[in-house]
Amino acid sequence: MSAPTKHRSAEEIGRTALGPRPFPELGEQRAAADMETVDTTLANGLRVIAVRRSSVPMVEVRLRIPFGDPAASSVGSTHSARAEVLANTVLTGTATRSRVDVDTELALVGGELDAVVDPERLAFSGNALMSGFDTVLDVLRDVLTGATYPVGEVERERARLVERIRLARSQPNVIAREALQRHLYGDHPFAKEIPEADEVAAVSQEDVRALHSSAVLPRGAVMVVVGDMEPDAAVRAVEGALGGWTGEGTAVTLSPLPVVQGGDVLLVHRPGAVQSQIRLAGRGMVRTDERYPAFQLANLVFGGFFSSRLVENIREDKGYTYSARSHSEFTPGGATLLVDADTASEVTAAALLETRYELGRLGLAPPSESEVDTARRYAIGSLLTATSSQGGLASFLMNLAGLGLDVEWFTGHPARLAAVTVEQVTEVALEFFAPTAFTGVLVGDADLLAPQLRALGGVTLP
Amino acid sequence: MALPELHRFTLPNGLRVVLAPDRSAPVVGVSVHYDVGFRSEPEGRTGFAHLFEHLMFQGSESLEKLAHFRHVQSSGGTFNGSTHPDYTDYYQVLPSAALERALFLEADRMRAPKLTEENLRNQIDVVKEEIRLNVLNRPYGGFPWILLPPVLFQTFPNAHNGYGDFTDLENATVDDCAAFFDTYYAPGNAVLTVAGDFDTEGAKALVEKHFGDVPARPVPPRPSFAEAAPKGELRAEHTDKHAPMPAIALGYRIPDPVTEVDAYLSYLVLAGVLTDGDGSRLQQRLVHRDAIVVDVGAGCGLFGPLEARDPDTFSITAIHPPEITSEQVVAAVDEELLRLAEEGPTEQELAKVTARWVSTMHREHDRLTSRTLGLGSAELLFGQAELLYELPAKLAGITTDEVAAAAKALRPDARAVLLLKPAQDADPNETAQTTADGGTE
Repeated sequence: MSAPTKHRSAEEIGRTALGPRPFPELGEQRAAADMETVDTTLANGLRVIAVRRSSVPMVEVRLRIPFGDPAASSVGSTHSARAEVLANTVLTGTATRSRVDVDTELALVGGELDAVVDPERLAFSGNALMSGFDTVLDVLRDVLTGATYPVGEVERERARLVERIRLARSQPNVIAREALQRHLYGDHPFAKEIPEADEVAAVSQEDVRALHSSAVLPRGAVMVVVGDMEPDAAVRAVEGALGGWTGEGTAVTLSPLPVVQGGDVLLVHRPGAVQSQIRLAGRGMVRTDERYPAFQLANLVFGGFFSSRLVENIREDKGYTYSARSHSEFTPGGATLLVDADTASEVTAAALLETRYELGRLGLAPPSESEVDTARRYAIGSLLTATSSQGGLASFLMNLAGLGLDVEWFTGHPARLAAVTVEQVTEVALEFFAPTAFTGVLVGDADLLAPQLRALGGVTLP
Repeated sequence: MALPELHRFTLPNGLRVVLAPDRSAPVVGVSVHYDVGFRSEPEGRTGFAHLFEHLMFQGSESLEKLAHFRHVQSSGGTFNGSTHPDYTDYYQVLPSAALERALFLEADRMRAPKLTEENLRNQIDVVKEEIRLNVLNRPYGGFPWILLPPVLFQTFPNAHNGYGDFTDLENATVDDCAAFFDTYYAPGNAVLTVAGDFDTEGAKALVEKHFGDVPARPVPPRPSFAEAAPKGELRAEHTDKHAPMPAIALGYRIPDPVTEVDAYLSYLVLAGVLTDGDGSRLQQRLVHRDAIVVDVGAGCGLFGPLEARDPDTFSITAIHPPEITSEQVVAAVDEELLRLAEEGPTEQELAKVTARWVSTMHREHDRLTSRTLGLGSAELLFGQAELLYELPAKLAGITTDEVAAAAKALRPDARAVLLLKPAQDADPNETAQTTADGGTE
């Protein structure tokens, strides 16, 4: 590549007459404004959390209904197939609205509303201009109390779901996720994130209607509203719209999962893959545990953000990966620590070795004062930035509420992080990050990977 | 939508500065947009603009390797960079106490980045992993942003792969980096944006303190990437060995967003009428009534609307089951476009699109990262950061006739048609990954 004009050398570019300059100190941090908030439970059992946030004239709405499979095992259960069809058709018709009517009414108030389901919950997520809050609530009322599941919509969405499942299962990260969940939890319904095509094809309109009446229940559900309005007024509006949503019993939460035990990593063959998915898992810690803040910081130092040991090693030093990270997943009754990296086939075994090395090192060469401080400031600051928008705050509060936590946990968390000592981080690092405490899966081309993985050990080959 | 407070000034070295104070939350965003993207990289160096973006995080005169990330994160902040056809952006979003730190970090690498052989080799490996992750090892990788341009465009800047091929990436040298930096990363070729919780005078003084002594350098003349619109239907096939179902991308040329912004925006409204929401024309026809596609989408710009200068692309994409032919899908799209061209959309269809854009703009504004980057790219590309806030009113001014005219201009005889085929459906005699037939005649 020739430069269009004469240019300086890289050495000349990289220095100035003045030389390196001192890095500025932090300025004064202004505190976030106190949140005006109401957290209450309506007579029908629906918990409502409303927060005023006036940055823009919008309102964000989240509704989480526990939607677990009541069966102990997913074998022989059609719950996941019925739940997927329900989520894809719940917004397609009521006694007074067609699918297009729903879309039109919402669009005219700048609104959106969608429904998704996973093994734990059915979730509605929406927003609108503040002036359209009542419209969003009325559509929600209408579908929660009177979704009709028109037969044409059920048939079309069922067919489309089969196609979408095929698309999803061609994605390497989905292949890896399904293999990991099966490896960790076997037939527990929590592991069944995607139903089988033949199960979906067999779901009828009656099946979906029956599931709606037995499982779309207000008791146990949580609604979060964040927007440019008084929290009391928001709660009154929700009560006015959804107070008449009733049902027998309580929404179903999943039974607790077995604790993840360390063990060999399972190699899953994906012929022709040029990159592998490394997915390790170990026992995590619930947010309510008093050691959780220390655990959170230990995880950040290990692989929870860019300035972590794992990223600095396998990305910035060795160039084995673009994406490596570790993160907590909160599960029914517990938590799992997940470690993910995608690496080229030729360096996969080396990346697994380095990942195990960093896990061991976290306990044996524990985080320094400076590493803990960097992680601590990141944890506190990113909580502030992630919740500075209405949508970010609404989603964050809903995640907390799903774990049984409230706004006070959120506002009190920076102080808990500030109090963590290096010794506390060291202790959880040694207990939770031992390489032998992890198991997992590795998806890639086994023909290329097997010789090196066999030599490395701790991997079950196909 | 009320116009937020905006201040702009230019430093003596040519750096344009936009300040957008908003004290509703104690966080601040800082971004720098450089007026160079992958359309400017030379032949033989595909992917270089993006590779260079990675190098800008690898240290500068006052900052060792890794220091940039650690300083941002230990200040409680997040960061990233991205490379677009016409610009490259860098940003930090942090608690507002760290404003001066973010300005320092951006100024230090604008003044004196450390471009070393070791970091270059390391980041070539990282970028290759990024390309494996996002393109080579997954279904529909690069569809349509890498695959459609070589069908719709003829000249290297517009047609080539902005991620680059591995040989070109491996051939990059430190001297290439020095030349690229000296040519394109001059302060006069950049826009600095600061948005969020700060005092305007204080921020202005900090900007002058840190960027004031970045030496001025010549700003390169901005090249024209104009080329003739296709005369005819240009078709190509691409085999994707990971894809389970075929896909289609239709590409059309659209008016220059800088010189003909209203004409451009009528295509943005058209995109909403076609595919935004269950009631939109193509969702209704292709997904629900005919049931011939799994999903369909349409939009201006392969990176989003108002994200590039001329020439820009309007695309319609769909994934469809193998038992449906691509001709069936294209014919249904053409019928719907023809109907819109002849009858126009209804007033209600336009009202829906406009209202959804108003809330989209509010929500983008509320997310500090998108607000900061949006202001910066609008200032760089259009000289008009406030374009973002004027957009809802401008969109509301688009008439049914203008949308009908836009639909009429999406003609079969002036477009690109890319057919993505799963490997098992491909002709076994075909060895080339992508073959094009048709021409610009």
